[in-house]
Amino acid sequence: MSGYVPHTPDDIREMLEAVGVASIEDLFSVIPPALRPRSFNLPEGKTEFEVTEYLARLARKNATHLVNFVGGGFYDHFIPAAVDAIASRAEWVTSYTPYQPECSQGWLQALYEYQTFICELTGMDVANASLYDGGTALYEASLMAIRATGRNRIVMDSGVNLIYRTMLRTYTSNLSIEFVEVPVEGMRTSRDGFFSKIDDRTAAVILQNPNFFGTVDDHTDIVEEAHRRGALAIQSVYPVALGMVKSPGEMGADIATGEGQSLGIPLSFGGPYLGFMACRQELVRQMPGRIAGATVDREGRRGFVLTLQTREQHIRREKATSNICSNESLCALRAAVFCALMGARGFAELAQVNYHKAEFAKRVLTSIAGVSLACDAPTFNEFAVRLPRNADEVVYRMFDRTFACGFPLGRFYRGMDNFLLVAVTEKRTREEILTMASALEAVL
Amino acid sequence: MEIPADLKYTKEHEWMRREKTRVVVGITDYAQQSLGDITFVQVPKVGSVFKKGDVCATVESVKAVSDVYAPAGGKVVEVNEQLAGQPELVNRSPYGEGFLFAMESDEKDDEGLMDADAYRQYVESLS
Repeated sequence: MSGYVPHTPDDIREMLEAVGVASIEDLFSVIPPALRPRSFNLPEGKTEFEVTEYLARLARKNATHLVNFVGGGFYDHFIPAAVDAIASRAEWVTSYTPYQPECSQGWLQALYEYQTFICELTGMDVANASLYDGGTALYEASLMAIRATGRNRIVMDSGVNLIYRTMLRTYTSNLSIEFVEVPVEGMRTSRDGFFSKIDDRTAAVILQNPNFFGTVDDHTDIVEEAHRRGALAIQSVYPVALGMVKSPGEMGADIATGEGQSLGIPLSFGGPYLGFMACRQELVRQMPGRIAGATVDREGRRGFVLTLQTREQHIRREKATSNICSNESLCALRAAVFCALMGARGFAELAQVNYHKAEFAKRVLTSIAGVSLACDAPTFNEFAVRLPRNADEVVYRMFDRTFACGFPLGRFYRGMDNFLLVAVTEKRTREEILTMASALEAVL
Repeated sequence: MEIPADLKYTKEHEWMRREKTRVVVGITDYAQQSLGDITFVQVPKVGSVFKKGDVCATVESVKAVSDVYAPAGGKVVEVNEQLAGQPELVNRSPYGEGFLFAMESDEKDDEGLMDADAYRQYVESLS
């Protein structure tokens, strides 16, 4: 393949003349030499065959043969072939932001349906047309709460995924926002912690359900306390779990966010993933991103438009509700197709299968000598076990036996070096669970 | 275009009616015409305090969202609750039923505001 040539020497000369500098070096002379790259080290172009080989060699480094029991916010769910078949159509893959409703009805309807699924899952009034990922969604939810309340203190559960907590702190590092973290108690949200930390300066509480340890909770009491103090309640949720656990809406939460990867999007290092966000009607004007809305045309026929556009960056410039104006439409489409294929009953069944398989794995694993359940709180499809030795080492040894047996909690939580977080989706068979358990027994 | 003689005006097209230490604030006829159909008005909370020139409200139309700047400093004592359900009042009656809010404010803050004649000249200079 040829090298990438954006401009010919003639183009470059013409542009330099237009701005009145003699050479490219002169153009960049305002950048101190120490800050300029010494070399771009761009190799010569390779043939298509060479490039294909190179990428294939990189791809072979992925350990795709491991039986996956790792969760931690991203889960190995089955993706029906129809999801790829529909989402790979050129009409979806190559299209751009549907700013012109008259030629974007298909996309707008798909996004409208996606939003409808998210509202039904979360029990909220309105959803947007997606954000980058679960962490970005949680960050945007925090800013919504800060705008809506005029306060700047956020009280956050330490059971919220560390990746999200790190993203929140990074995104807000130049804003004056005070984060207060409430440590979990026995892997559950600490009531004493939250009740003592929520005050009249608190903009929002941030909770996660199930939390990072897989524990399922009913946060209604904390939501009510937040409201009593004039704060909002944000809950980050695992969408598949919503097929059976109480929704953020049922708990009275104001904003629901989450990672939508589980809804028909393959696991991949770094994404693309899907951030979803839904809220109560009163907060809709604080919600970032775009929203597809249903309307009627002049002749009364149903149609779809982007609504509340005037708050977006292309119109409101630096005063836009958010300046992360990109979204994940193609991933949102996959989620919509996935939800449509499942249907309400299928979705509930999917959740049940996940739950029961995980309960089975719990029994099998804890029957191994030296392995015990880390806490007795209810869980969904993921749970923590205590091992008689360092979980990180165990995970590496299990690779040799073709199992990615879980996530070592010591990587995210101090003092939890012997704890292993195990996720069991509908894809794990009885056979796989049993052989993983015997491999684990042998490794311990 | 209507520009009542008893009001003070800003370059950002807010108007202000002073009754001793109380001022009523809204956007001008010119502003509502330029914005088009107004779909939402975000008024400040009663009790909030603004300095002259602070963003104190936003007006959203089918075309744009615009900030409203406080024509004088002070403390908000009343907001137009009707706008929540009927934002079109700003289009229909920008100087009356479509007012945005009222605040307690010191007369010293009126400095720099335009009277009706000056505002009319200013608006004519824009076209």
